[in-house]
Amino acid sequence: MTKQRFHYCPGCTHGIIHRLVAEVIDEMEIREDTIGVAPVGCSVLLYNYLDIDMQEAAHGRAPALATGIKRVLPDRMVFTYQGDGDLASIGTAEIIHAAARGENITAVFVNNAIYGMTGGQMAPTTLAGQATTTSKTGRNIQSAGFPIRMSEMLATLDGAAYISRVSIHNPAHVIKAKKALRKAFETQKRGIGFSMVELLSTCPTNWGLKPTEALKWLEENMIPYYPLGEFKIKQEV
Amino acid sequence: MCHVRLDVPRSGDYCEKGGSPLRMMMKGNEAIGEAAVRAGCRYFFGYPITPQNELPEYLSYRLPEAGGVYLQAESEIAAINMVFGAAGAGARVLTSSSGPGISLKQEGISFLSGAELPCVIVNIMRGGPGLGGIQPGQADYFQATRGGGHGDYRTIVLAPGSVQEMADFTYWAFELADKYRNPVLILGDGVLGQMMEPVVFPPEAKADQTNKLWATTGCRGRQPNIIKSLYLNPEELEEQNKKLQEKFELIMQEVNRAEKYQVEDAEIILIAYGISARVSLAAIDAAREEGIKVGLFRPITLWPFPEKILLESLSKAKKLLVVEMSAGQMIEDVRLAVCGRLPVHFYGRTGGMLPSAKEILSKIKTLGGGASGRSIR
Repeated sequence: MTKQRFHYCPGCTHGIIHRLVAEVIDEMEIREDTIGVAPVGCSVLLYNYLDIDMQEAAHGRAPALATGIKRVLPDRMVFTYQGDGDLASIGTAEIIHAAARGENITAVFVNNAIYGMTGGQMAPTTLAGQATTTSKTGRNIQSAGFPIRMSEMLATLDGAAYISRVSIHNPAHVIKAKKALRKAFETQKRGIGFSMVELLSTCPTNWGLKPTEALKWLEENMIPYYPLGEFKIKQEV
Repeated sequence: MCHVRLDVPRSGDYCEKGGSPLRMMMKGNEAIGEAAVRAGCRYFFGYPITPQNELPEYLSYRLPEAGGVYLQAESEIAAINMVFGAAGAGARVLTSSSGPGISLKQEGISFLSGAELPCVIVNIMRGGPGLGGIQPGQADYFQATRGGGHGDYRTIVLAPGSVQEMADFTYWAFELADKYRNPVLILGDGVLGQMMEPVVFPPEAKADQTNKLWATTGCRGRQPNIIKSLYLNPEELEEQNKKLQEKFELIMQEVNRAEKYQVEDAEIILIAYGISARVSLAAIDAAREEGIKVGLFRPITLWPFPEKILLESLSKAKKLLVVEMSAGQMIEDVRLAVCGRLPVHFYGRTGGMLPSAKEILSKIKTLGGGASGRSIR
C-alpha cells in the first residue's frame, strides 16, 4: 500500500478490504505482476492506495477491462475491485459473461447494499424495507423488486471456479475474508477460471448509523439474506 | 454433420511468394482483418452486426493462427472496454461494428480518448437512425467526426474508398493511434465492406510495442503506472484538457489527406468520400463528355477535415456539390471550410440507397452545367 491517506468516511470498511487485498498480494509476492482495475464508486481512487499498476474502468465495465488485460498478459494477476452498484447493476452483463467464459480473473466484490459515492441511493442489493435516499420509507419489493444474490447466481455458471461470500463485521470474519481472497487469487494463479469474493460491508454514513451500529446491522440484517460461505470450488479445469 | 469452410485461406497463403507482395481477391471487411494482422494487431474484441460480419469472422480463425486472440464479447459495450484493457496493457487492438453498435461504444471511446489509449475502431456504416436497415449508408459522419461520447475529445477518422484502401488505411490507422495515443476510426460503408476487389498487402509491419512505457504490464523495476481519465480537481482536469487539445491541434496540422480528380479547371467541384466518391467519378466522366467542367474532391481524413487542401483546390470553382449517403452531414464541414465564399449544393440518398451516377449527373446539370460563370456569392 502507498502512504496516501484514505478519503473514506469514518467506519467505512473499504480500508480494511484494501489492506486485505494488499496483504494477499504481498504474501503471494506478486506485487510487480499484478494489475488491478478500479471501479466507479467510493473506491474509484483505489489506485491511490494500492502500490501496483492499475487501470480505471467506466462504471460496471471493470470485468471487460480485466478480460482485455488478461488476454494480452495471461501470466499476470488481474483483478477487479467493484461495489454492488458497479457489479450487480450496471455491470451485470460484464460480470456474468466474464464468469461464463471462465475468464481467469478475480473480482473483489464489495457489497454494502447502497450507492455510497452518489449519496445513498437504493442499490440492487438494498434489502427489503431498507431505507435509502430513493426509498425513504424502505425498499418496496412490490415496486423495486428483490435484492440480487450475485454469488449464488454466478456459482451456477460452469466457468466460475471459486465463488465465496464473506463478511468483515468482526476480526474473526476479517481473517476468514482474507483466506477467501487468497483462495481466489490462488485459483487465478492455477488458471482454473473465474473467481470472486463477495465481501459484506458497511456504509455507516449512508445507512445513518454509528460505525459499531453498522457492523451490528450488517450481522443481523445482511447475513440472513446473504448467507456466508463458499458457493463454488472447482479443483481443476 | 461436419462443418468445413472450404474458403478459409491456409496459413501458407498469407506468405509473400518469392518476395513479392501478397495479392489477393478479398472483401473489404476481410482486407481490414488481414491488414490488421499484418500491422501487428493480435487482439480483436467485437460483437456481430451486419454489414461488417466478415471482419470478425475472418479474424476468428486468422488471429489464433497468428498467435493472437479473437473474442466475441457479450455486447458492444463490453467489446470496447476489452479494447481499453488490452490497449492499456500495451497491445495493438481492434474492434469493429456498424452504426447501432458504434453508438454503444461511444462511452468507451470517450474513456479511451480521455485516458489517451491507442486503438483502431472500424465502422462499416448502414442506414439509420435507430435500428435503420442493413443496407449501406454514410449517416454516421456526425457521430464519427463530432463524437457521440461525452466531453471534449476527438478521434481521427479515415475514410477509405476501395478495398485496397481498407487494407492500407488499417496499417495507417494503427500507426496514427500509437503515434498520438488516441483512438482512430476507419469509416467505411456496407458497399466497401462487402465488395470484392484485388488487394495487395504490404509486408508485415514491425510493430514494436516495447516503447509503451505507460502501459500497465505489472510494475517490475519501475513505479506503478495508472491509466485513468478521472481528475476530481477541476484545475487538474482543465490541465489535462489543455494537454489533449494541444494534441488535437497537432493532429489537425499533421494529419490531412484528400484526393483530387480533374479539379484544376473545374467550375463545379463535387465533394464526396468513400463509396459516394466512387460513384461521383462516373458522373464526372459523363459530365466531362458533355463539356461540363466538373471535378471531384475526396476527403480521406474526415477528422481532421482537409480544409486547407480543399481551399487550395477551388481556384476555378463556382459551385460546390456535396454528395453523401445521408441527409447532409459532411456538408456542414464543407460550409465551414468555404465560409460563404461559394454556394454549396447537396445531393444525398438515405435509408441504404446508393446514389447512381445518372442521378448525380442530373443534379450537376440542374446547377447550370457550370458554364455560366455567374458571380460567386
